[in-house]
Order: sequence, then C-alpha cells, then structure tokens
Amino acid sequence: MTRKKRRILVISCCGVILSAATGLVLVALNQNITFFRSPAEVASLSIKPGTRFRLGGLVEAGSVVKGAHNLAMFSVTDGTKSLKVNFDGILPDLFREGQGIVSEGVLQNDGSFKADTVLAKHDENYMPREVADALKKQGVWQGDKKL
Amino acid sequence: MIIELGHFALVLAFAVSLMQFSVPLFALRTGDRRLFAIAPYAAILQALLVTSCFVALVFAFARSDFSVALVYQHSHSLQPFIYKLTSVWGNHEGSMLLWVVVLSLFGGAVALIGRDVPQDLRSVTLAFQGLIAAVFIGFILFTSNPFLRQANAPFEGKDLNPILQDPGLAIHPPMLYLGYVGFSICFSFAAAALLLGRVDNIWAKYVRPWALLAWIFLTLGIAMGSYWAYYILGWGGWWFWDPVENASLMPWLAGTAFLHSAIVMEKRGALKVWTILLAILTFSLSLMGTFIVRSGILTSVHTFASDPARGVFILAILMLFVGGSLALFAWRAPSLAQGGLFAPVSREGALVFNNLFLSASCLAVLVGTLYPLLLESITGDKISVGPPFFVATMLPLTIPLALAMPFGQNLAWKRGAFLGLFQRLALAIFAAVFIMIVIFASRQNGPVLAPIGLGLGLFLGIGSFTDVFSRAFRGGGFMLGLRRAIGLPLAAWGTTIAHFGVALFIIGVSMTAYDEEKVSAMSINDSVALNGYRITLTDFRNYQEANYREAITKFDVSRGGVKVAVLEPSKRTYIMSRSPTSQTARYTTGFSQIYVALGDTGDLGATSVRVYWKPFVLLIWLGPAAMALGGLLSLLDRRLRIGVARRGRGVVG
Repeated sequence: MTRKKRRILVISCCGVILSAATGLVLVALNQNITFFRSPAEVASLSIKPGTRFRLGGLVEAGSVVKGAHNLAMFSVTDGTKSLKVNFDGILPDLFREGQGIVSEGVLQNDGSFKADTVLAKHDENYMPREVADALKKQGVWQGDKKL
Repeated sequence: MIIELGHFALVLAFAVSLMQFSVPLFALRTGDRRLFAIAPYAAILQALLVTSCFVALVFAFARSDFSVALVYQHSHSLQPFIYKLTSVWGNHEGSMLLWVVVLSLFGGAVALIGRDVPQDLRSVTLAFQGLIAAVFIGFILFTSNPFLRQANAPFEGKDLNPILQDPGLAIHPPMLYLGYVGFSICFSFAAAALLLGRVDNIWAKYVRPWALLAWIFLTLGIAMGSYWAYYILGWGGWWFWDPVENASLMPWLAGTAFLHSAIVMEKRGALKVWTILLAILTFSLSLMGTFIVRSGILTSVHTFASDPARGVFILAILMLFVGGSLALFAWRAPSLAQGGLFAPVSREGALVFNNLFLSASCLAVLVGTLYPLLLESITGDKISVGPPFFVATMLPLTIPLALAMPFGQNLAWKRGAFLGLFQRLALAIFAAVFIMIVIFASRQNGPVLAPIGLGLGLFLGIGSFTDVFSRAFRGGGFMLGLRRAIGLPLAAWGTTIAHFGVALFIIGVSMTAYDEEKVSAMSINDSVALNGYRITLTDFRNYQEANYREAITKFDVSRGGVKVAVLEPSKRTYIMSRSPTSQTARYTTGFSQIYVALGDTGDLGATSVRVYWKPFVLLIWLGPAAMALGGLLSLLDRRLRIGVARRGRGVVG
C-alpha cells in the first residue's frame, strides 16, 4: 500500500466512525429532550396526556397533602394557572409551600401531572432560573429582593 | 493589614504575569535570546505572590475576620475550623483565586523542574502561562475581588452553604482544579511549540509528565466529586449528567485522548498535528467548564453567584484563548512535517481508534451540554437533555473502546498481527463469555445490559494483565517470571493498572443494575429486610452542635440475627441559614454498601426511609483510583528515566 492509499484508508475509517457518532448523537437528541413548561403554558399549548416535560412553578399554599408511605399531592402554580401533581418518593429537604420547584414527569389523562423527580432550590437564595423566568413572564415575580 | 498585603500581592502578581508574558515574546521577536532567562524567574515570583495572597485569604477565614466582605458572606465563627478553611473556596471569588493559585504553581513547577526543556521552548511556554495568569488575575481583580473590606464589621458571618459543609468539599475542588488547570501547561506547551515550529517527539516527551500529573488529579477530583454527590444528595445516584459534571468530564475525555496520542508522538513521531490540537482542545474545554460553572448561565450547587459582568468577562477570555490558539494552530499546523508510517493493525492504529472514540464521546457530551443553552438563546425554548441522552450516546461509544483496550495493549508498534492477539487473550475472552452465559442462564428475567457489562469488565480486567504476564512468564519457571515482572518498566505496570481501573469501573457501573431499593414509612421497632439484612429503626435522638441542630435516627443492621452495624442518618438544621440538610448513612461490607436516607416525618410520627442495597458500588470510585495509581506509576517511571539521562550526561561531561 502506498502512503497515500494508506492515509485515505485511515481518514475514511475515521470519517465513517465520526459520522456514525454524529448520527447517534442526533437521533438520541431527538428522542431524549424534555421541554420546560409552566402551568399556564400547559393550559395554553394544550399539551397532550402522555407527554413528558419539566414543570416549574411555586408550590401552591395549602395544597400539599401527604398520603400513605411517600405519596404526596400538591399543586404547582405560576400565579395564573395551577396544576395538580402526584409524586411517589422522598421530597427534597427544601420542599415547602410557596417554594419554587422544578419537577419532571408525565401529564396524565385526568389532567394531573405524575412526577418522578421533584427538585427544590439548593439554598435560601436560590430560585430555579426557569421558575423565575416563568414567574416574570406571568407578571407575578416578587422582585429580586432575596437574590 | 494582612488582607491588604494579600490584595497588594495579587496586584503585583498581575504585573509580574504581564511581564512574564510580554518579555519572552519580545525576545522571540527581536532575537535577543538573553531576555528568555527572565521567564522562569517571573513564573516563580508569580507563584510565590499568588500563593501568599491565597494564604492571606485563608488567614482571614481562619480568624473569622468579618470585616472582609467575603468572609462575612460565606463563613461563621462557630463553624468547625476545617470548614472555615474550606469556606475559602466554597464561594465564587475564593474558588477563582484557588484556580489562579493552581495555575501559578504549575507555572512555577515548570520553571523549577523543567530544566531539561530547551530554553526557548520553556520560556515561550511560560510566556503563555503568564498570559493565562494575567487574564485570570485581571478577572479576579476587576470583577471578583476577594479582598474587599466593609466599613462596619458585623459580629457574625452568614455561614457557608450547609450542603458544602462536608469533608468532600475540602478535597474535591482543589483536586479538580489541579487537574483542570494543570492542562494549561499542555496548552502553553502546544502554543509555544507551534510558535517556535518545534513540534517533534522530544516535545511530546516534555509534555507527557505534565499531562499525566494533571490527568491524575482530574481523575481523582471527578471521582471524589461523584462520591460526594452519592453520599450527600441521598438519591443513591453517583452521576447525574449535570452540566457542571459534564464540564469536568469533557476535559477528562480529551485529556485521556491526549495522553494516548502523545505516546504515539513520542515513540513514533506520528499524529503530531492531532496531538497538538488535542492539547489545545483539552484546556479549551477546561476553560469552557469554568465559563459554564462561573458565568451563572446555569444554576447548580457549583454556581455561587450570577453576575452578568463576570459571565461576559469569562466568555471574552474563552474566546480569546480558544479562538487565538485555534488560529495559531491553523496558521502553523500545515507546516508540520509528516510523521512515521504505520499499518492499520498496530499499536498506533489502536491508539488512533482510542482517540476517535474518546473524542466522539467528548463531542456527544459537548452537544448534550450546550444544546439546551444554544436552543434557548435562539428559540427561547427551555429544554433539558437528561441522562437518557447521555446513556444512549455514551454506551455505543464507550463499549467498543473498552473492547479494543486489551487488543491495543498487546499489539506491536508499526505492524501487528490479529491472530496472535486472540491466542493471547483467549483466557480473557473465555472468562467473559463464560460469566455472561452463567448470569443469563441463572437470571432469565434480569437486566440485559448488566451481564454484558460484567463480561466486558472481566475481559478488560484479565486482558489488561495479559501484556505484563506474557512478558514476564515466558518460560524459565515461576520465580524467574516473578522477578521479571518486578523488573518490568513502571510504565508497563502503569498502563496495566490504569486499564484494570477501567475494568473495575465498568464492573461497578454494571452492578448498579442489581441495586435493591425499599422505601417505607417507619416508626420505632419497624424493620425492613433487604438482601439478607434486616434494618431496624431503634431510636430518635436530638443533638445540638455548634452551628446546627441534628436529629439522628438510629438503625440497627443485622444479618442472621446478629447485629453488624448501627447506622445514624440525620437531618440537620443550620442555625444561620435555617436550611435543613439530610445526612445519609452507609454500612460497607466488602465493596458493597447498605445506604440509608431519610425523608419527611409524616403526620403519625413515622419517618419515610429509603434503604438501598448497592452491590460492588465502591468499585465505581476504586476504578478511577486505580486509574490514577496507574498514572502515578507511569509518572514515576518517566522521572526515573530523566534522572538516568541526567546522570549519564554527567559521566560524559
């Protein structure tokens, strides 16, 4: 094999592997992204049941009901609309009413949201950025007094 | 006073680093090579100055000097002493200062240890190191000054974020920075080599020890961060594909690729252009990681403050270095001479394969990390790319890589034969297939990927020892073989141990498929049975510590009626921030753990408890530890060789 032929062989092998990798990344990206939605968007975009997304907003005051074992029900609100959330698991330490949270899960047929993760803020000053933006959009942002 | 001295030292360091950058480049331009001599002195001076200003800051934290705004914001007089010290880097300003300290120490080390390096290469390398230092010290001085005083010193500080008050924080960030920033040396070496047109195998020989050192620290730093997340976050997970984690993984992948391609460059003179590019990319990815973490475009435990000015500043730095170095690369790379020839089936070929797959997986992580940011800035849609994406892309990219590792290790340089390889690896292949059949047969409804992973791990584990084994035990009896094994170069052992570490890691990750988890609401004397263990809640206790209250829940762990351990997970409420945190408790048996995390206390006084059985989970972190040990062995080998060369020269001279 001449130097040139060998080089072409190596480069074309690399090309094949890299394009396979790129294809893989694109396919995986297509299937595995989840959108962030606020309760108002869930209503206005008429999202179909069975859709996976991340729901963000504040835990509505007086809405938290803790059932048997680790079952918890609460509503997430962005000031205009609210959405009922069911969650089976351990709630984060900083979960409480009025708190900003982000939750990932699936919209159910009855219009409620079945969450499989619930994330609360990390410390007193932290509000998930998506939640802050969503609240600003709805005009109920309390300002940056805490930040 | 000490704070002001520290502040002043930082300003001096800024000036020194500007000199360190400009004078050697001026010397290169004018040809007055005597001026090169200034670079090592400037680098050492800069390292001393930056270190002393770091010490000044540590001093302020140790004494809880709340007249310093940063100490007031992030410390508390009742914090245990160790956390007063770690508070230094548990915030944006201090962690940037630590970043610069590591940068300067690496520069100083090159100046002190790298005496074998030709003068022009060393000086221009240090010049680039000086440029990085100048830019980052400028960043600290102008946007994130840790030495600012406040007029009226408060009596008490605001306390460190409770989640950061943990021994993990003491070690994880410095380790990670030693790795992250250590690659700056490779970057500076690459830029200098391009500028001087000195890209040859000698260059690779000089750079490799530094790359190894940085890589060892980065490996340990990532592993420690992962273990920290595992025990502090209480979900039992060890890697979350969080953008901040990805930011440390990308330089690791690129750095690993660089280490391997630098071997080809050093031994065979091939892959020069690619190796230089990797050196540049690795540090660029480190810088990008810094940008992601520090700019505030993301929110996580790692981002302490979000100030847009800082984000823009770091973005400008990022563009300067990435753009500048790539432009330098595009300008000089075409002039590089071609390297040695090799057949596709050869050690070089295998290392090219390694590089391809490592860079492809790095690319996948990059896309997954940046795509949400990009999409949001273009369309305004907020999306997240979660673990499924990374699993779907990383598995197909890393499995061939792991499969190829033992083959590559046993191939000869230039031209190898496949057939002989299969003979050598027969035992490893047989063991892997055997274990897969056994697991599939015994657990017909079990996970599918895990047995494959275990087989792969076993193949790699045995395969990584094949090379040293066949070199040592090639006839002449067992004792002779043993003596030969000990006499093998440390680098051979380094490769073996590092690859074995990958095998341990793969086994540990595969075993997570056999995790067991029980979530239940428990009161006193309730118990859970898990994998032959019985975990019984025995007691609730309250404690008052200096800066937090702690509510401990006690559990007895017993096996076959015999008590083997007492576990005390707890909930802490920190007095200053009034924020609660949970502490998990773990019982280690062999490489496996029982892991207990507490949830809320319900209405009837029952506490929700999550108990996990985690078989062989410790291998996930022992694997990287073994990788780092392998790196250390190779590093020692190299130092030995440099020493021998020096002694040899002494005899001749």
